[in-house]
Amino acid sequence: MVYLINIKLREDYSNLIFYLSPLVAVFLTLFFGSFIFLILDLSPIESFKIFFISPISNSYGISELFVKATPLAIIALGLSYCFKNNIYNIGAEGQLTMGAIFGGGIGLLFNDSTSIFLLPLMILFGAIGGAFWATIPALLKTKFNTNEILTSLMLTYVALFILDYFVVGPWKDPAGYGLPKSMPFPDAGRLPVLFDGLRIHIGVYFAIMICLISYIVYNKTLFGFKLRVSGFSSKASQYAGFKYKNLIFYTFIISGACAGLAGLFEVSGPIGLLYRDISPNYGFTAIIVAFLGRLNPLGIILSSLLIALTYLGAEDAQLFLKIPSAVGFVFQGLVLFFLLGTDFLNKYKVSIS
Amino acid sequence: MQPIIEFQNICKEYPGVVANNNVSFKILRQSIHAILGENGAGKSTLVKILYGHVKPDNGQIIINSDLVTINSPTMAQSLGINMVFQHFSLFESLTVAENLILGMSEKISLSKLKSKSETICNKYGFNLNLNSPISSLSVGQRQSVEIVRSLLNNPKILIMDEPTSVLTPEEINKLFKIIKKLVADGLTVIFISHKLDEIINLSDHVTIMRNGKVISNLTTKNEDPESLGYKMLGYKVTKTKQINNVDYSENVLTLSNLSSYSQDPFTTNLNKINFNLNKGQILGIAGVAGNGQKELMEILLNENDFEFNGDIIFKNININKLSTFQRKSLSISYVTEQRLGHSAVPEMSLSENILLSMNHKNYFKKGDFINFDRINSYANDVIKNFNVDTPSFNVKAGKLSGGNLQKFIIGREIMSDPELLILSQPTWGIDAGSEAFIKKSLIELSQKGVSIIIISHDLDELLEVCHNISVLYEGSLSKSLNVESIDITKLGKYMGGLFD
Repeated sequence: MVYLINIKLREDYSNLIFYLSPLVAVFLTLFFGSFIFLILDLSPIESFKIFFISPISNSYGISELFVKATPLAIIALGLSYCFKNNIYNIGAEGQLTMGAIFGGGIGLLFNDSTSIFLLPLMILFGAIGGAFWATIPALLKTKFNTNEILTSLMLTYVALFILDYFVVGPWKDPAGYGLPKSMPFPDAGRLPVLFDGLRIHIGVYFAIMICLISYIVYNKTLFGFKLRVSGFSSKASQYAGFKYKNLIFYTFIISGACAGLAGLFEVSGPIGLLYRDISPNYGFTAIIVAFLGRLNPLGIILSSLLIALTYLGAEDAQLFLKIPSAVGFVFQGLVLFFLLGTDFLNKYKVSIS
Repeated sequence: MQPIIEFQNICKEYPGVVANNNVSFKILRQSIHAILGENGAGKSTLVKILYGHVKPDNGQIIINSDLVTINSPTMAQSLGINMVFQHFSLFESLTVAENLILGMSEKISLSKLKSKSETICNKYGFNLNLNSPISSLSVGQRQSVEIVRSLLNNPKILIMDEPTSVLTPEEINKLFKIIKKLVADGLTVIFISHKLDEIINLSDHVTIMRNGKVISNLTTKNEDPESLGYKMLGYKVTKTKQINNVDYSENVLTLSNLSSYSQDPFTTNLNKINFNLNKGQILGIAGVAGNGQKELMEILLNENDFEFNGDIIFKNININKLSTFQRKSLSISYVTEQRLGHSAVPEMSLSENILLSMNHKNYFKKGDFINFDRINSYANDVIKNFNVDTPSFNVKAGKLSGGNLQKFIIGREIMSDPELLILSQPTWGIDAGSEAFIKKSLIELSQKGVSIIIISHDLDELLEVCHNISVLYEGSLSKSLNVESIDITKLGKYMGGLFD
């Protein structure tokens, strides 16, 4: 007897379920996550409390939540332009790094500056750096038809090595005991915090602004319309006379600029200088954030907060439960897995005959 | 001679179309029996029923005087029926011998299979190296592999579905010699084709099908290409409702010496196509699918910078190099064959689908923003004027029936005041009511002085709507025939590739 799995496109594909499935995915993650705690001989309820509730039970925790969510949201909002257009930019981590190098480089170049223009200049160069790094896969794709998933991913490692070169080479702090890090940025190049004593910074305003602008672009402008048409059907986009190659460039530049901005905010905000590990994989995690938020600007803000919580929870779990902080990545992976699963089952009907 | 196969009252209905309607006829043992008909006449459905691919709704098949029920291709093979499909199913990276052994239902060693295959190749003159990979073979050689694969099963009956459509003239000659030799050795061949001269050259008997029915069973030697063509098309003397109001002094579109030279084996190269289209004229481009319609539309629409030689002149402007967007801005409108995902996005609302095709018009924009009021009211007008059955312009295009969506798309293009409208298969797969409405709209449009090109497989439609009809056959375009004084026999000959 041979069993065949039939996979059929559903005709009654539901929009409501499309927006509800992130909740289902989160629920399933919690459910299966509790087994992980059971296997580790921990009480699931206690562990979840430490993982998801205690990290945000005080003002410091809430501030930290926004510190983590800000880069995730900014990068994911940028990525949503690419993903809506069916362009898979996987290299946001590299674009983030390049933004930090460009923007941070300005901060180091003018390290005795007290000008109020220093920070805006750094922010501008951060965005330019990220956008510059993103045009490389765009160029390769439009000129040579290379796969942007591979090129953008590989360029991430190139960017990390360039940062490495600078912090152990020309930009190494002479007073830094030989550690691979730069001098601290001058005060004029530091991102203002919102409340004294907390690390939450004005990057939050940028995230909110980018969210609102994206909402308008997607729903009200011809550019957003072009992106959506190209995402649904490349043939329809050709019929409409849209230039797909231009769209590839624009979306790469937007998402690169956003990632670069996030990179600059990290180094001129919480970190304050350049060193090797400026990002705990924000560029990769933002891919999950973008899809969990259904590529919808508002949804991305919500999902960035949830995923930021897994970063904080993982730190607390390491402290209090004595389990590796990699558990946070396990949870992120589970969410993505279940989200893809629910999307698949919403779109296709599976039967066995 | 006694019949080897007898079809009795075979019926098969698909939603909205009767593919086989009481089909009954006999096929004699050791003969070449051709089945002739236009696209959609029901030929393929019938042989798929015989091969166990499709289950008939009604009727029976008698083989060698036994009533049989054929549920699967495996069962058909056990009855001695084999089929060579129009599209090959070979593994490119494997060798000929490896592909052959994959098709065997019984266990056999590779060396034994090789010697068996070599015997067949030598006997019938197939020129095949059993050890070369499929990827290195020509299309004709690949077909030989498919035929040898069938012959290894020792068939009594071999079905060939349009076997010559991919072959060069020399390859066709060779194939016909092989087929005749096979028949002399006892095989019965069922040969499906729409090419008249081939049927005359090859077959002993021919069954003509039209609209799912058997029109006549003939002995080939009593026929000639003209009589076959006439019978294939039927007595299609449709009264043309078209009033001749073409302004022959004003030329709108001229194609001169349009040729394409693609290396892709799945495209048909166009061969020096010429025509003139005048103001208010409707030109029909007829022909069986796959004779260059796709490529012609591709060049007229220019979505992919498809390479060609020759010139396209629209109102004294050479538009060879102009993009789709620029051509639309010159008021050329297009309706493509594929509705969902090409001329409409199913996931988007009807008003967004207005913008899809009208984004070159500033009227629908406010700078970089979309003027929603205007696209909504335009969508509303299309829905009203073209009887589109839908509650609102916010409904997603994919929710509309084929006929309603096509009325919406054609209405969208007509209301944009084009000077030239180019349509491909405008009434394909839609209900009769919508079809009639669309035909009426197109005739009215031409009376307002708009020129129209309709590329269609449906001759009835073209005879009803067009002023002139030309036929595409293997990339060449026939002279245009005036519909008012059309000679059906001549049209039939054109359809079968017999140009003057």
